[in-house]
Amino acid sequence: MPQQETPSVELRNVAVQFGSYTAVGSMDLVVKDSEFVAVVGPTGCGKSTILNVVTGLKSAAAGEVLVFGKPLTGLNGESGYMLQQEALLPWKTAEDNVALGLVFTGHGREEARERARRWLAKVGLAGFEKRFMHQLSGGQRKRVAMAQTLIMEPRIVLMDEPFSALDVHTRRLMQRILLDLWQADRRSLIFITHDLEEAIVLADRVVVMSAGPASRMVGEVPIPLPRPRDVSALATTDAYMDLYRQIWSLLGAEVEKSYAVQ
Amino acid sequence: MLSSNDAATAPLEGIAAAAAPARRAMGYRTRVAVTQAVILGGFLLGWEAASRLGWIDRFFFPAPSAILGRVAGWATEDGSLWADLGVTLLETVLSFALGITGGTALGIWLGISRFASDVLQPFIKVMNAIPRVLLAPIYTIWFGLGLGSKVALGFTIVIFVAFFNTFQGVREVNPVVLANARLLKASRFALLRHVYLPSATSWILSSLRVSVGMAVLGAVVSEYLGSSAGLGHRIAQAEGVMDAVGVFAGIVVLSVFVVVLDALVDRLERRLLVWRPAPSMDAH
Repeated sequence: MPQQETPSVELRNVAVQFGSYTAVGSMDLVVKDSEFVAVVGPTGCGKSTILNVVTGLKSAAAGEVLVFGKPLTGLNGESGYMLQQEALLPWKTAEDNVALGLVFTGHGREEARERARRWLAKVGLAGFEKRFMHQLSGGQRKRVAMAQTLIMEPRIVLMDEPFSALDVHTRRLMQRILLDLWQADRRSLIFITHDLEEAIVLADRVVVMSAGPASRMVGEVPIPLPRPRDVSALATTDAYMDLYRQIWSLLGAEVEKSYAVQ
Repeated sequence: MLSSNDAATAPLEGIAAAAAPARRAMGYRTRVAVTQAVILGGFLLGWEAASRLGWIDRFFFPAPSAILGRVAGWATEDGSLWADLGVTLLETVLSFALGITGGTALGIWLGISRFASDVLQPFIKVMNAIPRVLLAPIYTIWFGLGLGSKVALGFTIVIFVAFFNTFQGVREVNPVVLANARLLKASRFALLRHVYLPSATSWILSSLRVSVGMAVLGAVVSEYLGSSAGLGHRIAQAEGVMDAVGVFAGIVVLSVFVVVLDALVDRLERRLLVWRPAPSMDAH
C-alpha cells in the first residue's frame, strides 16, 4: 500500500454472540476502498453474521467496527445489503421494486421509476419493467434484487450468497452481470459465498473463515488474476488452479472440522 | 327457510362461474351453468307443483310464484320496498364502513405493536365471546329504535371479523421482506403503506367478504327486534300476522341484496390483487 488510505470497512477483534452462543470469536477484516472481497467458510461459521455486523443489524459483543474510519453506531448508512433470501415485494412491479429505496428516501415517484428503468436495463431486464414477481424467473428476480440494492449507490455493497439458489448457468450469467457492473463503477464489495470457484473468479481477495462456533479468520489469499475477467474461461487456467489449491489448503481443514462438530 | 336459502345460493354460483376467466373450456363452463339451471329450475318447479297440488301446506310453504309475486308487488304497486331497502342499505353501509375501518386500524396496531397486543388480547377474547346479537336489546335502550342502534350492532359484529383478519395478515408479513425494506431505509409509515398493508390485503379482503354478510345480519336482526322501518321490520310485521308469503319474500329480497353486495366486493378484490398469480391454474 503506497499511501495509508482509510479502509471502507475495518473489523478489529470483533466477537458476536447470540445469547450464550459465541458465533464469531475474533474477526479481523479490512476492506479497502473499491475492493472486492469474498468471504468463504464452512456452513454455520457466521459468514452472514459478519454482514449483519457491518450493516449494523447486529451489534458486536466485543471489538471495533469502523466504517470509513468512524466507529459504526446504529444502521450503516453507507452500505447496501442484498439478502440471501427472496425479499422483493410481490405486489409491486419490477420497476417499483427497484425504485423502492429511492421512494423510501424521499425521491419523487416518477423520478424513481425513471432511474429504476435505467437500472433494469443495466441488469438486462429492459422490457420487464411492468412484470410482477411471479412472472419472473429465479434469475430475473435476483437481478431485480441486485438493481434494488445498487440503485441506492451504496459506497459499500454487501452480498450474502446471492446466487446460491440458482442453477449453474444462471449463476454464471449473474456473476458476469455483477462483474460488469462492478467493473464500470467500482465500489467496496463484501461477497459471502460457500462456492470457492465463485470467490476466486469474482474477488480481489478471498478471506477464509474457520469453522464455528467462535469462528475467526484463518487466512486470506489475494487474487492477482487480471481484470476484466472472463468468468467462464478463467476456471481452466493454471493460475486459477494454483489459487484454488492454495485456498482449499486453508478451507479444507475447516470444512472437516465443521463436519466433526455436527 | 332452508329451501329458500338453497334457491338463493344457486344463482350466486352461476354468477361466479360466468365471471371466472372462460378463455378455454367453454364447453365445460356451459355444462356447469346448464346443470345449475336444471337444478334450480327443477327445485322451483317441484316446489311450485307440490304447493299447488296440496302435497305441502301452502300456508306454511307458499309457492315460489306467490313469493315472487309478493316481491314484485312490493317493488312496483305500492313501492314501499324501496324505502325499506334504502333504510337497511344505509344501516348496512354505515356499520360495514365503520366496522371495517375500526377493525383494520385495530388489527394493524396490535399486529405491529407486540406490547399492545399482549395487553389487549384477553380483553378482546372476552368481548368476542359475547354473542353479539344479544347486545341488540341493550343498544335499543341506549340508542333508541332508529338508525343508531342498528349501526351499533352491525359495527360490533363487523369490527371483530375485520380485526382478526387484519391482525393475522399483519402478523404473517414475511420477516425477510420486512428486513429488506428496513435496509432500504423505509420509515415506519412507509413500512405500513408499502409492506404491511399490501401484505395484509388478501386477509382484509376476505374479511370484507364475511363482513358484508355480517353487516346485513346486524342491521336486519336489529330491525327485526325493534324498529319502524327496514327489511327486518317488514319481515317481523309479516311474521306478526302469520303471513309466510311476506316472510319468504323478505328473505328473497335480502338474499339478492347480499349477492349484489358480494359481487361488488368480488370486483374490488380482483382489482386489488392483480399482482397475484392467476388462481385458475389449480382450479381443476
